[in-house]
Amino acid sequence: MAGSVPMTSGSSMNPRTRSMKETSWVKWALIGLAALVLLWLIVLPLIVVITEALKQGWDVFLAAIVDPDAMSALRLTLLVAVITVPLNTIFGVAAAWAITKFRFRGKQFLITLIDLPFAVSPVIGGMIYVLVYGEHGWLGGWLDSHNIQIIFALPGIILATLFITFPFVARELIPLMEDQGQQEEEAAVTLGAKGWTVFWKITLPNIKWGLLYGVILCNARAMGEFGAVSVVSGHIRGETNTLPLHVEILYNEYQFSASFAVASLLLVLALVTLVLKGWFARKNAH
Amino acid sequence: MKTIATKRGVLPGFGLTMGYSVLYLSLVVLIPLSALLLNSTGLTWGKFWDIATDARVLASFKVSFLTAAAAGLIDAVLGLLLAWVLVRYDFPGKSIFDAMIDLPFALPTAVAGVSLTAIYSDKGWIGSLLEPLGIQVAYTPIGITLALMFIGIPFVVRTVQPVLEELESEVEEAAATLGSGRVRTFLVVVLPQLYPALLTGFALAFSRGIGEYGSVVFISGNMPMKTEIAPLLIMSKLEQFDYAGATAVALLLLMISFLLMLIINTLQHRLRKTAR
Amino acid sequence: MKRGFKRGIVVSLVLAMSMVTAACGSSSGKSDNSVELLNVSYDPTRELYESYNKAFSAYWEKEKGQKVTIKQSHGGSGKQGRAVIDGLKADVVTLALGYDIDAIQKKGLINKGWQSKFEKNSSPYTSTIVFLVRKGNPKGIKDWNDLIKGDIKVITPNPKTSGGARWNYLAAWGYALHHNNNDQNKAKEFVQQLYQHVPVLDTGARGATTTFVEREIGDVLIAWENEALLSVKQLGPDKLDIVYPSESILAEPPVAVVDKNVDKKGTREVAEAYLKYLYSEEGQKIAAENFYRPTLESLKEKYKDTFKDIKLFTIDEFGGWAKAQAEHFSDGGVFDQIYVPGK
Repeated sequence: MAGSVPMTSGSSMNPRTRSMKETSWVKWALIGLAALVLLWLIVLPLIVVITEALKQGWDVFLAAIVDPDAMSALRLTLLVAVITVPLNTIFGVAAAWAITKFRFRGKQFLITLIDLPFAVSPVIGGMIYVLVYGEHGWLGGWLDSHNIQIIFALPGIILATLFITFPFVARELIPLMEDQGQQEEEAAVTLGAKGWTVFWKITLPNIKWGLLYGVILCNARAMGEFGAVSVVSGHIRGETNTLPLHVEILYNEYQFSASFAVASLLLVLALVTLVLKGWFARKNAH
Repeated sequence: MKTIATKRGVLPGFGLTMGYSVLYLSLVVLIPLSALLLNSTGLTWGKFWDIATDARVLASFKVSFLTAAAAGLIDAVLGLLLAWVLVRYDFPGKSIFDAMIDLPFALPTAVAGVSLTAIYSDKGWIGSLLEPLGIQVAYTPIGITLALMFIGIPFVVRTVQPVLEELESEVEEAAATLGSGRVRTFLVVVLPQLYPALLTGFALAFSRGIGEYGSVVFISGNMPMKTEIAPLLIMSKLEQFDYAGATAVALLLLMISFLLMLIINTLQHRLRKTAR
Repeated sequence: MKRGFKRGIVVSLVLAMSMVTAACGSSSGKSDNSVELLNVSYDPTRELYESYNKAFSAYWEKEKGQKVTIKQSHGGSGKQGRAVIDGLKADVVTLALGYDIDAIQKKGLINKGWQSKFEKNSSPYTSTIVFLVRKGNPKGIKDWNDLIKGDIKVITPNPKTSGGARWNYLAAWGYALHHNNNDQNKAKEFVQQLYQHVPVLDTGARGATTTFVEREIGDVLIAWENEALLSVKQLGPDKLDIVYPSESILAEPPVAVVDKNVDKKGTREVAEAYLKYLYSEEGQKIAAENFYRPTLESLKEKYKDTFKDIKLFTIDEFGGWAKAQAEHFSDGGVFDQIYVPGK
């Protein structure tokens, strides 16, 4: 078998580079194929969004975005993301540490529980909070008599978003940290390092990419969530409408261009987080 | 105490992280979800069974699980390709390429559904090309699968990518030094190490697909027995104030996905062991 | 190990607390000489209430010297009803069908007998079900029985998820009854055939309109008259025509004050005035301009060119909403039998 391996890529190349690189045409064919997939699966729908948004010209586009209802929806969406992403990030890191650095019974069960929100239909994700905090829910009577509004107000929207984005960071970190094992950390502890120091100095640099991906996904999903938030929002204009809900409202009002304009605003927001990621990556490159 | 510590290893923080994780998990996920279980007032076993064996419910489950599985599988293949190209190669525009992957998450699912329907309906950009060939995408299970592929692709790319980045090159080098061809090295050395991540990505895309509602209702046509998805049945039961019925379908869906994911997670754990 | 557990709990409690305080910081205050109302309504009334709210605010300030801000919430009728049941603090509800308000009443939020609290069954404006066809009516659709001919494709939303679509369904049923000597089986057959001509069942009325107008699917859209008139105006007078069938159902979208909420907030007076003013000449005019049929006699004459006079039957023909719902739309009801074989 070994004899049949082609050695045509040039004997001057050392084995290392040859082994890690495909021949040039394979490389470019793969890149081309990937670009096609990307264009077809992801870019094409986005082009529809942009062309629809600009169909009636820039005036309509801008008017839709500076509309007071759109601005209040934007504020709400950002606020929700700012609160939910850090909470789920802290959880994700803690859970990944507990799961990957220690051995205990029922680990797969715990991981599956963490995955659960992905498997739950967003509609149900919203409904369960209604069952707990709604007027006829478990805490409904108590909340009502104390005049605390959870559902159909900001706390409800935050809870639903927390639920939907719950697994992202943990899910990103667990396979990564499992692959890395715990030898480095163990060595540091044996040499007398404290827990936090080990985490900051050894674990965090190792997982920073996975962590970043997790945070970005979590953030993108937090801003884009529709189904669950729609159940708990109450749809009060200028008050409990997030950007995705505002998109739906405009669409249902036959203001297609305005609706897609607001949707493209969400895309811009996502791009901003990605630019931040690039900046973070450059800063940490050395 | 000491025996536990030695059994678990020398690292600190198990109590802290485990305690926090379990508490937070309970507050955000488990307690509210248990409300779903306990709130099924008026739901007897008889009624639950009736709903679970209802022809329409079964048909919708079939649609949901089949399309989600198909979308997950296709995503796994395409996602691997995208992740590979992003990690292994340098080419102009790579950073934009990379950034694009996450956009399906940022776009509200309803917008995705509307855009995809616009592309694939008979009058759309691609739909109008396919129509003369007799291929209909929008309002068929193919359309649902497409929507779920769009929703799920970032899951696969983003779970495979970090693992691929961390992959140690020594083994690959050794294989190459021993005279193994590139394709063979990939199949025998690289791919097995990626299986766990791929499986995770598939599982995530799959389970997300089962629950997805917002994007699918636009492109599916919602025809009972044909393109009606399970989450839509939940919605239509809620719309008639039938909380018990909605809960029953939701519970059923939840139990099946939970079981499937438990199986996948266990399988993935085994794979990881053998990959080492 | 135990200390670790405790610390974990403390950390998480602190985080939870900070979340709650952050969340509560946004609750707004209210000054004395202004009042806020929340009107929970269904999808196609956005335009109507946007202009009506302005008119009512001006009227109320002139009358009582009090500033009133009306917040609006729109969505599917059933979903909105459920939100009010689950604690959305609506002062008034203005929904698509009585069934949804009945559901709120059953939970004790609205007093019994709400439907006789305001005139005309508490329905200040009405509508009916008509057909929207492509310009020039190429398929020659004139009446309900044309819908089941040949390969005509009919667009109508799913009556199980859309309140408005239940009116569509019942209108077809009523027509079939009257043309078959009130034979229920014949009516069922007709409706069954009708739904076999439906290629796409959208979840809401506006989704169906988009499918018909933007995706260009189907030959005819069964729609509320107000929606049809609005679509023609907004989406293309050059693309669409309205066809009135020989007879149709009188759609009565009702309104009600949510008694429990207004008593708690102390907004009963203004909430009642808000709904009552819908019957005034100004309120009726705004309704008519937003394509709802006015109930005020003097205005009926004025808008008779917009709203064609056709034979209309009411929901009473079906024994009221509770009966119609149980018979036709609940699980295993007639609508389900259309789709599930062998039931």
